[in-house]
Amino acid sequence: MAEVSLKGVSKSFGTVEVLKDINLDVEDGAFVVFVGPSGCGKSTLLRLIAGLEKTTTGDIFIGGRRVNDVPPAERKIAMVFQSYALYPHMSVYKNMAFGLKYAKAGREEIDQRVRQAAETLQLTPYLRRYPRDLSGGQRQRVAIGRAIVREPAVFLFDEPLSNLDAALRINTRIEIAKLHRALGATTIYVTHDQVEAMTLASKIVVINKGQIEQIGTPLDLYHRPAKLFVAGFIGSPQMNFVKAKIVGADGGLTAKLDVGGEVRLPPAPAKAGDVVTLGVRPENLSDQPGGDFRVAGAVDAVEHLGESSLVHMHLDDGTVVVVRTPGDSAVVPGSRLTASAPLSAVHAFAQSGAAFISGGVASTNTSDPA
Amino acid sequence: MNKQRLSRLVVHAALVLYTCLAVGPILLILMNSFKSRKAIFGSPLSPPSESTFTLVGYDSVLAKADFGLYFVNSLTVTIVSLALVLLTGAMCAWALTEYRFRFNAVIGLYMAIGIMVPIRLGSVSILKMMVGLKLVNTLTALILVYTAMGLPLAIFILAEFIQQVPRDLRDAARCDGVSEYRIFYAVILPLIRPALATVAVFTMVPIWNDLWFPLILAPGRGTQTVTLGVQQFIGQYVTDWNAVLAALSLAIAPILLLYVLFSRSLVRGLTAGAVK
Repeated sequence: MAEVSLKGVSKSFGTVEVLKDINLDVEDGAFVVFVGPSGCGKSTLLRLIAGLEKTTTGDIFIGGRRVNDVPPAERKIAMVFQSYALYPHMSVYKNMAFGLKYAKAGREEIDQRVRQAAETLQLTPYLRRYPRDLSGGQRQRVAIGRAIVREPAVFLFDEPLSNLDAALRINTRIEIAKLHRALGATTIYVTHDQVEAMTLASKIVVINKGQIEQIGTPLDLYHRPAKLFVAGFIGSPQMNFVKAKIVGADGGLTAKLDVGGEVRLPPAPAKAGDVVTLGVRPENLSDQPGGDFRVAGAVDAVEHLGESSLVHMHLDDGTVVVVRTPGDSAVVPGSRLTASAPLSAVHAFAQSGAAFISGGVASTNTSDPA
Repeated sequence: MNKQRLSRLVVHAALVLYTCLAVGPILLILMNSFKSRKAIFGSPLSPPSESTFTLVGYDSVLAKADFGLYFVNSLTVTIVSLALVLLTGAMCAWALTEYRFRFNAVIGLYMAIGIMVPIRLGSVSILKMMVGLKLVNTLTALILVYTAMGLPLAIFILAEFIQQVPRDLRDAARCDGVSEYRIFYAVILPLIRPALATVAVFTMVPIWNDLWFPLILAPGRGTQTVTLGVQQFIGQYVTDWNAVLAALSLAIAPILLLYVLFSRSLVRGLTAGAVK
């Protein structure tokens, strides 16, 4: 059991700076997910924590101990790789026992730990098989088993589900969540899939272009995204954005949409003349015109998902807006629709990307005092 | 359909022709080693018949007690050199591909030069060096030279293969707390076994067949190799062809055995990476 903390960590490969001044605390037993688009530096950050790469500047602490110069094996971590990284020439049993053998564990202890892990992961019938004889999901479980037997203080997962098919991915996701609850070890999990992040994490760290955009619980990030990037990244389908301009700041704010129409916003740190982006999630928009935030456009397509339908429309200036309507919605492509949302669903972002209104109220966590 | 059959026929014809070319001389040597001297010259292409069959060549080879020694010498030199080339070559290839250090590229280039420049060009210096080290007429001299001779190509080929071992495997082993030496022996070496077999065959044949270095470095009685030993049957005026052919036929056996041992992995090695 251990907490992990990063203080001012940065990493450069040659002249390319892939991580900039990362500060992060992961509490003991937490399940933290690093999420971000590919190439954002999240895997590199995980490799730094694992000790497979050295930090350029900054310090990494695991369990209160500074581990910058400690080799991976002595960091009490175990890592599960995207490619599984099973030793192809060893049986499942040997794959799991390999690390223990060199940790000078006794033969009986190794055997007991491997069998216990195999039991947990339902791998017992496969112990004598070789990785090439296993399916993708089984290989993934062996990779997890190899991590479990080391009884690490910190589990590191590097996109463990991205090589699995959709159905298996959901199953394994639930397995990993169960496993975390059973073992209670600190877990750091890297993914580019925001659904995985939302479902697994006790805390999500959104990373973009080598920097932390926001840290928070899944619902925090969903309801109060601090940055335009986070708002767009978390949630599916993604949040709708429309450009607007602040035209009045007397008591409350008045925003004039570029496409036409005005929205009254509560008092917030913005002034007349500011160019802003307003955001509303598809699920908060309705096909009834009664709300405070209204946009009108032509319907391009309707996707019937059963329990709901996604209406894709474009506004007069070409901006695409998606509305989630009830499943039996009668909207048809080619018609015109006015969609609206209550003020409590409106987010507003300054030009810097920082949110100054979240869920209809002025943001308190804005990092950019405009 | 017909065209396909025709093209297959052409391919097979070419392969059969090549096989005849490659196997022909060996067959000729084997056949003639069992024939009397008169029959060797009278009808060199016919197989031994009842009237021409004789084991006189093998008798004279085996009668020479030294010949067993020559075989032991050849085998010692080949196997020890082979082991050294494979082990140090794989280690060097691993170091050059896995670790970033100063002069990494320079050392790689230095090794590549060894592929391009034949080692025989340095025969005079090598002889001088061996004299200085008092290693003339020892098997050690041959082993050292052959190891140096085999290393450049071995490193070149093995480095290619080691690069193909997924990075995650090494990282996983490091997370498992396995030492760098253990990673090399327990993860890398087993995974590049086909490459090792390929390199083993490429390396062992020239060493076994070499006449040059035994002639200049170890021509003494106790250190002669098979290729050198055969020379005593070839005189200035008279050559004991029965004995020469018998000795050469015997000399094929050990190398053939080694080849069969390596060949199962070899086929995989030569084609590995061809399909991706």
